[in-house]
Amino acid sequence: MSNAATFDTRTDGAIPVESSLAYSYHRSGTPRVGPQSRVILRERALLGHLILRGGAIVLDEAVREVLGLGLPGQPQGLVVDASGERSVQWLSPDEWLVIVPGGEEFELETRLRERLADAHYAISDVSGGQTLLELSGEAARELLMKSAIYDVHPSHFPVGKGVTTVFAKATAIIRRPSEERWELVIRRSFADYLYRWLLDAGAEYAIGVEK
Amino acid sequence: MFYIHCPYCGEHREEEEFHPKGQAHIERPKDPEACSDEEWGDYLFFRDNPRGVHHELWVHAVGCRKFFNVTRHTVTYEILETYKMGEQPRITAESLASQQTQGNVQVASGGQQTVGATNAAAPSVKGEQV
Repeated sequence: MSNAATFDTRTDGAIPVESSLAYSYHRSGTPRVGPQSRVILRERALLGHLILRGGAIVLDEAVREVLGLGLPGQPQGLVVDASGERSVQWLSPDEWLVIVPGGEEFELETRLRERLADAHYAISDVSGGQTLLELSGEAARELLMKSAIYDVHPSHFPVGKGVTTVFAKATAIIRRPSEERWELVIRRSFADYLYRWLLDAGAEYAIGVEK
Repeated sequence: MFYIHCPYCGEHREEEEFHPKGQAHIERPKDPEACSDEEWGDYLFFRDNPRGVHHELWVHAVGCRKFFNVTRHTVTYEILETYKMGEQPRITAESLASQQTQGNVQVASGGQQTVGATNAAAPSVKGEQV
C-alpha cells in the first residue's frame, strides 16, 4: 500500500448529491421522448470516474486483476465489460479513464493502490468533475456530426473507440461502446452549456430526454 | 486549416485540437553557471525564423495533451513530418537540399519529373513514419 492519502468522497451521511444537470433540467426542461424522437439523450449521473496514470504494463496487470478488464491495447481504445457498466478508455500513452457504477470507485481505487504498492503511478478520482451523457437513436450520429470536428463515420469510428476532441467548442470525450449507443464524457462546468447545445441541435430530430 | 498527424494518437486530427509552442530542439545549456550572458540570452530569447523548413514544437492540447515535433515549411505551410519527443527529424533543410542537387532531377508530388527544378517539391511523409 502506498502512503498516498485517500478518502471516500461519497459519505454515508444524508448529504444530498445531485446530477450535474439538475439545474439544467429545471431551467431548460426535459423534452419528452415521443414516437418522432430520432435522438434520445440520457445522463448516466454520479458514476465513478478514475484517471489512472503510469506505465501501461504495470497498470494493465493491476487493472486486469482487480477489475477483470485489460487496458485497451490501441490508442483511442475503449474496453467495456460484458455488463456494459464498467469501462477503461485510452486517453494518452500513459493515461486511462476508468468508469464504474457510482459507489464502486473508492473500493476500486483502494484495491488498485494495494495491488500497485510502490509502482510509479497515479490514481485520481474525478467523479465529481465530469459526467456521462448517452445518445441513442438513429439520428445520434447526425447530431454528433453537427457538433464535433471529429469524423464519426462508422468506417472511422468503429465500436470500441473513444476520442478526446472538440465538441461544440468545448472539450469532450466521444465514445462508442456499442453499435447504437454513443457516449459523451463532459466536464460538469460545461454540462449546462452542452445540455442546452444538445437540445438545440437535437430539436430537428425531436430529441427526447430520458431521466 | 492543418490536418495534423499526432504521433501519440496515431491518427490525423484537426488543427483546432493543437497549439503551436515555438521552435523545437532547444537544449538548455548543461552548465548555466558557465554560460556567458550572450549564450544564456540566446538560449532564453532568440529563436530561428527560417524561410523554409522549420522544426516546431506542438501540443495536442485537446486530445492526448502530449508535446511532439512538427517539421513544417514556412513558405508553403506544408507539414513534412511529425515525430515524437526525443526523436530526431528525418527531413531537414539539409536533407532536402542534398536531394535537390542530385542530378537536378526532382520528382514533383504529382508524379511528373521536373528537370532542373529549383523549388523542390518536398516528399510528403506526414504520418507515415512508424
